[in-house]
Amino acid sequence: MTVENTSPTVYLRPSKGWIPLNLADLWAYRELVYFLTWRDIKVRYKQAVLGVLWAILQPVMIMVVFTVIFGRLAGLPPDAGIPQEWYPVFSFAALLPWQLFQAALQRSSVSLVGNANLLTKVYFPRLIIPFSAVAAGLVDFFISLMVLFALMLAYGVPFTWNLLWLPLLVLLALMTALAVGLWLSALNVQYRDVQQMVPFLLQAWMYASPVAYSIDLIPVDGPWRLIYGLNPMTGVIQGFRWALLGSSPPDQLMAISVVMVVILLITGLYYFRRMERKFADMV
Amino acid sequence: MSDLAIRVEHLSKQYRIGAQAARYDTLRDVIIGTAERVANRLKPGAKGSNSANTIWALRDISFDVRRGQVLGIVGRNGAGKSTLLKVLARVTEPTEGLGEIHGRVGSLLEVGTGFHPELTGRENIFLNGAILGMKRSEIARKFDEIVEFSEVGAFIDTPVKRYSSGMYLRLAFSVAAHLEPEILVVDEVLAVGDAEFQRKCMGKMGDVAQEGRTVLFVSHNMSAILRLTQETLVIDKGRLVMRGPTPQAVDYYLSHGYATEGERTWDAEEVPADAYPFKPLALRVRDSRGKVSDTIRSTEPATLELEYRLEESITGLRVGLYLMSTRGEYVFTSFDTDAPEAFERYSVRPAGRYISRCTLPADLLNEGRFVIGVNASSYRIKRYFQDEQAITFTVDGAGAPGTVWPEPRLGAVRPRLDWQIEVIKE
Repeated sequence: MTVENTSPTVYLRPSKGWIPLNLADLWAYRELVYFLTWRDIKVRYKQAVLGVLWAILQPVMIMVVFTVIFGRLAGLPPDAGIPQEWYPVFSFAALLPWQLFQAALQRSSVSLVGNANLLTKVYFPRLIIPFSAVAAGLVDFFISLMVLFALMLAYGVPFTWNLLWLPLLVLLALMTALAVGLWLSALNVQYRDVQQMVPFLLQAWMYASPVAYSIDLIPVDGPWRLIYGLNPMTGVIQGFRWALLGSSPPDQLMAISVVMVVILLITGLYYFRRMERKFADMV
Repeated sequence: MSDLAIRVEHLSKQYRIGAQAARYDTLRDVIIGTAERVANRLKPGAKGSNSANTIWALRDISFDVRRGQVLGIVGRNGAGKSTLLKVLARVTEPTEGLGEIHGRVGSLLEVGTGFHPELTGRENIFLNGAILGMKRSEIARKFDEIVEFSEVGAFIDTPVKRYSSGMYLRLAFSVAAHLEPEILVVDEVLAVGDAEFQRKCMGKMGDVAQEGRTVLFVSHNMSAILRLTQETLVIDKGRLVMRGPTPQAVDYYLSHGYATEGERTWDAEEVPADAYPFKPLALRVRDSRGKVSDTIRSTEPATLELEYRLEESITGLRVGLYLMSTRGEYVFTSFDTDAPEAFERYSVRPAGRYISRCTLPADLLNEGRFVIGVNASSYRIKRYFQDEQAITFTVDGAGAPGTVWPEPRLGAVRPRLDWQIEVIKE
């Protein structure tokens, strides 16, 4: 019996400079993204007594803290047109994409180092690792989305057709996390400082995003809104609150956020590919 | 369409090592490193010392493998075999040269890659299969076969962290063995597992070869290399030093490039990091007068000694030797704590420098060349260090029984047996 040669010829040679993204190779390995994502989700809740309940408890507890401190004690108003009593839903609507982003970034930034044993033993497109780390947060996201819908019902927040925009907004949040995650994961292979820096970065980033407060605090006139929009999460959160609560619709701030994500993502992809050849030797 | 499976030309791989460290782990190191480089540049007459900090793990390797060929690769620890396989498996890039691989490569560089202890056997089969490049449908189709081959059927829904190391390994090998790649790369997997399972693995590899697949087989087990391959590459210090029919290549490997003075020492890079706290220093063959020598006489006793250092105390350590013929057949295995009193006395060996010494009695070995392998392990706990071909030496048969007839005697041993000839009167 002979073995027919189905696989194309692979060439081994030192690569120089910028490497093409080779998305076809990535597509051929798409099932591995699924399996690694599935592994991350499965392992996370094994041996945790409360299991998947954590996906509900975490955002709910933060929402309670935000409502007490920012809503009651500091008396921060929600977006224009939203009653103060809705503050819990108002903060939860932002916590949802924020936590998705935060978890995705946390996981993806350490993903290469955490999978060092794979990097040094088998070949597969390395991009799969941060991809699946980002995707693993989606299950938690959908669970807390259900919680949000329950909250909306409880507070009598009307559901609108704007909800249909949610998938695109989720995609934008994931792309933001992936873009930053690509940069940080590749950097972390060489400089382990990155993983020390990430918690601090995320904390600062959260205060730079309208999670606990309203985007209305930023003056519409002048350059501040536009500068604010350079943080892509502001666009995502603005979009979420618009789609869920009917606050002010996305404006040019959103456009800036989208452009920013695209730039970060493309540079991140190329930076990652450029560093990729050294991963197995350095990790 | 060529019938080559692999072709590599002038392949080289360089690693950075040494004082400057293989990598900058932290930003602080980068800052300090950059500052030092700037300072060095300012110093008059200072030269860039690039070569001092790099090592060529592979140097100018060229060879090709025909489709369906089973090729052996042998070389000492640290010779570059594993680096070569990593380059061929696309885990790491060559620094220079180029290669062409025709067909899917399945590597058994280390079985169980990607196994997660919290997941069950079933889950790990799918995960590991996907990591090795199998499609989900393909894994599902072979699932029963994989489970059956691994013999862990009853525990397939138990997390693998509860498996014994033998079960874990059988399952891992089983997944890898069902990968059906066009080119299979095997590195040292046969060093583990019980004898029965090893036999199955060898059978599976034989089948793979029979089916016309290409196999690259790296091992320190010369009898396995001799049995499974027709042609073998010998690699030493990153260079391809010989390619030839396996018997010649094995013979060359065992008799060249080794300490021929009756003493073998180990360089730092020849000792794997996981050998710690065991550090082999020297292996010596001494003749009956106590002189370190490459040649001993069959009719006189000789001494074998292994000198080593323990950086920390080890419990249950046994240090021992394998004696092999150059054809890879084992003659004996012996450990320094085989005697119960010795085992008791040295149940815990504190840190320090040791020599484990044994005497080969007179009239034991036949004339010819022999190989000594070294093993330092704690039974069922850890194998600290193993070097299957640490040294070779010659036995001079002069005066041995039967040398009145100048013919080679079959067999590895040549004992002076007590023959009685009885004449029966009729």
